[in-house]
Amino acid sequence: MANALPFLVALPLGVAFLMPLLEKLHEPGWLIDLLATLAAVALLTLSLNTIGEAATVYWMGGWGPDSGVVGISLVCDGLTRLMLVTINLVTLVAVLFSLRYMERYTTKGFYFCLFFLMVAGMNGVAMAGDLFNLYVFIEVAAISSYSLVAFGCESEELEASFKYLVLGSLASTFVLFGVAILYNLTGTLNMAQIRGQMDALVGNPALYVAAGFFVMGLGLKAAMVPFHAWLPDAHPSAPAPISAMLSGVLIKALGVYALARIFFSVLGPTHEYAVVMMALGALSMLGGVLLAVGQWDFKRLLAYHSISQMGYVVLALGIGAAVLADGGSRAVAGLAIFGGLFHMFNHAAFKSLLFLCSGATEYATGTRQLKELGGLARRMPVTSGCCRIASLSIAGVPPFNGFWSKLIIIVAAVQAGYVWLAALATLVAFLTLVSFVKVQRYVIGGELPERHENVREVPVSMCIAMVTLAIVCVGAGVLCPYLMSADGVGFLDQASDAVVVGTRYTEVALGGMAP
Amino acid sequence: MRGMTVIVRTVTALVSAFALLYGIQLVLYGHTSPGGGFAGGVVLACCLILMVLAFGKDFVADVIGVRTLSVCSSVGALLFLSVGLLGYAARRPFLSNFLAAVAKSHGGTILVCDVAIALMVAASLSGVFMAFSAFRPED
Amino acid sequence: MVPYVLTMVLLAIGVYAIACKRNLVKVIIGVMVAEYAVNLFLILMGYRFGGRAPIRTAAMDRAAGAADAAKAFAAGSVDPLPQALILTSIVIGLGLVALLAAMAIRLHEKYGTFDVAEMKKLQG
Repeated sequence: MANALPFLVALPLGVAFLMPLLEKLHEPGWLIDLLATLAAVALLTLSLNTIGEAATVYWMGGWGPDSGVVGISLVCDGLTRLMLVTINLVTLVAVLFSLRYMERYTTKGFYFCLFFLMVAGMNGVAMAGDLFNLYVFIEVAAISSYSLVAFGCESEELEASFKYLVLGSLASTFVLFGVAILYNLTGTLNMAQIRGQMDALVGNPALYVAAGFFVMGLGLKAAMVPFHAWLPDAHPSAPAPISAMLSGVLIKALGVYALARIFFSVLGPTHEYAVVMMALGALSMLGGVLLAVGQWDFKRLLAYHSISQMGYVVLALGIGAAVLADGGSRAVAGLAIFGGLFHMFNHAAFKSLLFLCSGATEYATGTRQLKELGGLARRMPVTSGCCRIASLSIAGVPPFNGFWSKLIIIVAAVQAGYVWLAALATLVAFLTLVSFVKVQRYVIGGELPERHENVREVPVSMCIAMVTLAIVCVGAGVLCPYLMSADGVGFLDQASDAVVVGTRYTEVALGGMAP
Repeated sequence: MRGMTVIVRTVTALVSAFALLYGIQLVLYGHTSPGGGFAGGVVLACCLILMVLAFGKDFVADVIGVRTLSVCSSVGALLFLSVGLLGYAARRPFLSNFLAAVAKSHGGTILVCDVAIALMVAASLSGVFMAFSAFRPED
Repeated sequence: MVPYVLTMVLLAIGVYAIACKRNLVKVIIGVMVAEYAVNLFLILMGYRFGGRAPIRTAAMDRAAGAADAAKAFAAGSVDPLPQALILTSIVIGLGLVALLAAMAIRLHEKYGTFDVAEMKKLQG
């Protein structure tokens, strides 16, 4: 199955470049819709196919170890598989939602072109085997997202996108600086080879400078608190399916996944990096939720909660790194990292669902302000049911998936000895619950204002999209014990395993060559 | 956008043929000397921009057409992608140089990729310039 | 040591322009300066004193002798990998600046000014 890996990047690229041709040459809207849906289904099938297998590496152009050189590779280990499934699942749901939602904007062909470029970039980030291709795919996905945020071309969207663009390109510049320093120190760009040389470089000050640049650059992409200023403007201004993609997968693929890959598989977890990650995670959790409490714009509130939930994931990864660096119990580190990665998957599911619900609400009523909404439970049953499920998931209510991942993170924090971090996580979970009770009361409960008397349920394709994600939320929650056991679905287990056992990445990526 | 004076138009008419030729040379010799797809594409785009500045926006819109530019950029990208995918047909990995044996000293697939990239870059950059010039109020 | 310090000074100038300038066009110029600082850094990392341009000719091979022509080439030329990296980086920068310029033009259409302080519609 290794031969199918380039298709995860080549297929969305091909579809993306075909869309402007279709748009310019003739205008059948159904052809563009059909092509987009088929492409998304194909991508999801390809990524689900990678689940049951051993980790693989694909050398592009045949420049692999048997030709004597180390070329560009695509690596698919456990963590990659988790990212691929998450990205392509949210892609399919967002495509289904945009089929009708984007009728209100112009040029759906160009929208899908940029959308599939973003998907190609994210898939490439998940699979990149060397640092420079990681940077290039980050840029491809990021530049497409800058244009997509500004897609409506209203003044607010342009302003938000400009701010996002400037900060995002500065972050990418920092990432490239880090890549350049690592290349200077080690003479190679292949991530596994760099890991092989790390033991000789311990204590080199240039290494800490590179790590600092990576934290600044990728921390901005992941919206960690000192670097979060672009997110509350950019995510609400984008069209709803793009907000779902941005909050649901872009900040994870470009931010958290790249951080995990670099700090676990390339640089190796040390105590200083772990402390930095835990500090960033804790600040983001607290900052995000406190800033969200006073928000009355539905999408802006959701955007602040994205910051907070990403703080959970980075905190969990930091706890795992700290335990690994101090030589502690591998089981505890594995549990923390498992909790973080499970929370990343869950957040993709429920945050995307929340943004899609807010998009459906806006499609039906025309407003995003909580004070103007109310009583939609009777008129829009599917939307309000899905919104209720997603709010309960993000608040961490028992049978849904958010509860399990937050519980695992808190238990792992206590077992690792960071009791006050566990208390902070519980406090933030409580504040999240407060925020979403407010959302529930204002959007779904309460009375229907007169001007919204005529709202109807949104079209079928948008409903299908929302119901799919709701099923994933419920399923991941109910089936959680199966996901945790080694002979269950197991792909989360493989993911956390791939991160914890540091040398496994080198074995996979070089396929037996000595580093 | 109006064009420029007679002097500029005459000189541009004489120079642009050579400039276009230079751009094409950068593309075709890109695998053995400095240049390549991107640099050649930028020079070709600059030629088109020079012609628009000298002769006015309507010149390019009549001769080439904005729709052609958009189609060319997509075609260039799809050509590059198909070169990568044709490697599968030859039972070699993605993006491998399956034409290396065909013409020994001519770079194989690198030449085809260079031409595709140049087409795409030239079309995209001149398209960007056309889009910018569309915002100007008519003088 | 010297390349690190000088390129970081250039990066700092770019960051200063992004953070402290009020005109949109100057912010764009700051982004460009920061990006070229990194490109310059990459080139400097690949440089080898006394090295030649990395183009391999038949005459060079004959002069070095058949056995270690490849090694002689690798030892005598500058590192070609960073040159390929910055080509890609320059293209990415070009795309970014084109997008920035288009957005600046549209923002000027909507707000009537290039002043960043005037564009305060998004609060909170």
